[in-house]
Amino acid sequence: MKQFLWPSIKLTLLSLLLLSGVYTLILLGVAQLAPGKGKGELIAWKGKTYYANIGQSFTDDRYFWSRPSAVGYNASGSGGSNKGPNNPEYLQTVKDRIDSFLVHNPDIGRAQIPVDLVTASGSGLDPDISLQAAKVQAPRIARLRGIPETSLLALIDKQTEQPLLGLFGPAKLNVLRLNMALDNLK
Amino acid sequence: MNTEILGILAMFLITLLLALPLGKYIARIYDGQRTFLDPVLGPVERLFFRISGIDPNEGWSWQKNLVALLVINGVWFLLGMFILMNMNWLPLNPDHNPSQGAHLAFNTTISFLVNCNLQHYSGESGISYLGQLYLMFLQFTTAATGMAGAALLFRALRKGTHKTYGNFFSDYLKTCTRILLPLCLVMGVMLLFCGTPMTMEGKQQMTGLQGDTLQVSTGPVAAFVPIKHLGTNGGGFFGANSAHPLENPGYGSNMIEMVAQMLIPFAMIFAFGIFIRRRRMAWVIFGVMTLGFLALAVPNTYMEAKGNPAIAHMGIGNQLGNMEGKEVRLGAAAAGYWSIATTVISTGSINSMHDSHMPLSGMNELLAMMINCFYGGCGVGILNYFIFIILAVFISGLMVGRTPEFLGKKIEAREMKIAMIIALLHPLLILAGTALAAAFPQYTTGTLNNPGFHGFSEMLYEYTSSAANNGSGFEGLGDNTPWWNITTGFVLILGRFLPIIGPVAIAGILGSKKYIPESAGTLQTDTPTFGFMTLAVIAIVAALAFFPALTLGPIAEFFSSK
Repeated sequence: MKQFLWPSIKLTLLSLLLLSGVYTLILLGVAQLAPGKGKGELIAWKGKTYYANIGQSFTDDRYFWSRPSAVGYNASGSGGSNKGPNNPEYLQTVKDRIDSFLVHNPDIGRAQIPVDLVTASGSGLDPDISLQAAKVQAPRIARLRGIPETSLLALIDKQTEQPLLGLFGPAKLNVLRLNMALDNLK
Repeated sequence: MNTEILGILAMFLITLLLALPLGKYIARIYDGQRTFLDPVLGPVERLFFRISGIDPNEGWSWQKNLVALLVINGVWFLLGMFILMNMNWLPLNPDHNPSQGAHLAFNTTISFLVNCNLQHYSGESGISYLGQLYLMFLQFTTAATGMAGAALLFRALRKGTHKTYGNFFSDYLKTCTRILLPLCLVMGVMLLFCGTPMTMEGKQQMTGLQGDTLQVSTGPVAAFVPIKHLGTNGGGFFGANSAHPLENPGYGSNMIEMVAQMLIPFAMIFAFGIFIRRRRMAWVIFGVMTLGFLALAVPNTYMEAKGNPAIAHMGIGNQLGNMEGKEVRLGAAAAGYWSIATTVISTGSINSMHDSHMPLSGMNELLAMMINCFYGGCGVGILNYFIFIILAVFISGLMVGRTPEFLGKKIEAREMKIAMIIALLHPLLILAGTALAAAFPQYTTGTLNNPGFHGFSEMLYEYTSSAANNGSGFEGLGDNTPWWNITTGFVLILGRFLPIIGPVAIAGILGSKKYIPESAGTLQTDTPTFGFMTLAVIAIVAALAFFPALTLGPIAEFFSSK
């Protein structure tokens, strides 16, 4: 056993240098060429910078809402509700969200509400909503902003991100980008 | 066909297509043949060996290899404890995160050392960048340890009688430099261009569009995530793991991470076939594993995409599936598929919250970890499967009245005893752990996040994940308590090192035995029939041992839900 101790310690320190040191430095270098210079994808808009991939809380009725979040969109942490699918307390929460949605959106029917708008995401920072989740909010926003619903639907259409290469994964809308485009719409 | 299903098929096929050449390459590495990276990495490795005083060409007995493995793992453990308990004054801590207490540091270090990555802390607030970089180092070394163990098995099962089985230090270092590091660099660059951050700056301030002030945690994520998946580790940089939009920014990064975590386990099977010059056997093993994988993955993809009936009853549009704990950009189908990929393999990273999955999805995730050898973790998957091969050979031998033989070596009482102990250890750790947790409700009920049967599943999942060195969790469990940190810590150690020592010992004993050439009376072990025999042994061992526990948790939850 003793014969392995020194070689083990030396080999550990050397590989630590290579695997935690050199490897990290190489990627830090390459990051300078990547979007946001290694800070992730950033959006500059009206003199401010936003993270494209970090969802924000939108609760104002004049904006498209984002999904419910277990961490209140506070990106210094992350996480989901971790409620089981048959947890009575959880199901009550979902019911309450549906009711509250219907109060704020009186023009739509219950069956039009998509499930992503009443369930919390895994990260609590989900930047996206589904197509239906955007469309179902259009009547409310049209009414409050005095914009014709058709131009909102056209906006949603334009902001929709199609599946990867048109082949893989779901279509979606980035809520932040959508709301910026909405603010640009006069 | 819809785009979510198409995405899943693409992920599986890409993995297979990449694994075939990688398997060939891995076999060359362990065989000591020349490869294209020799001119760059050869001098680095020679320098490391010279400074460390290691002769990489010296062949060791299997016992000596195991001692070296345990000693260096001990060094990694002690260094990890030191770093995690002193992060507050050590450098690279821009967010001023505190040090971990003794029992949390114990659990964290063990858990990364053994390829589990249980993570009873949150990456954003519970660890410094120095801590993250050391954990990243452990994610390399633990994968390399498992693969070096498998390399020893490869050598022992090659035709002939053997005395030495390579050199652990050499296998460890070459696995890091020749296999893991190059793949990680490629993947890290790909992730960077998907939008994964790579910075040493701390939390960023940001004002939201509605005017609220926010903080955003970032860090050297693009370096951490590749080895987390390629090494089948699964330890997340952030608390939400690969559900986090910076750790997994889109469907493209999701495909990359999915392929990465299955790549080496696939490739190791092909490397095994090439190394022992029995490719047919590798395909039979791959076939059995794939069958088992699909039997779990297809239902999960279906159930998660179909959604929660309790929510469908509320009369809303449920077409997107069970979206609680899931991300819109990834979708429910990809989350269902991931949930099985990450549990059959010992990754344990998640892209959705398993706690919020449908009851029977949760059961399949548990089963995947209870079986723990459909593909399996880096290196250890094939070691675990080897145990079931030995059992299947023995049982088939008895059934047809022949001396049990595997690859020209007689299987005798000693090997069988070891194989049985290892096969029974896994249920013992899981069931005894859960039983203890249930017997001491004063330490455990307060930590549950859900009532009833689901609460029991949370405890069962925690021990299953620990024993299988998986690392995923029903994360609602408030697991940063002395009870969970210490009990799972011991389950982790036993569930890691004994299942490496056992198969390596069997392989070593077989390797030194006299080689008996095949005859007409030899039991053929590279046929589909034998494959099904192995599958049957696996099903019986897992089903009989775990069925009662599953009945108390997910099955009861399923039948009691309306």
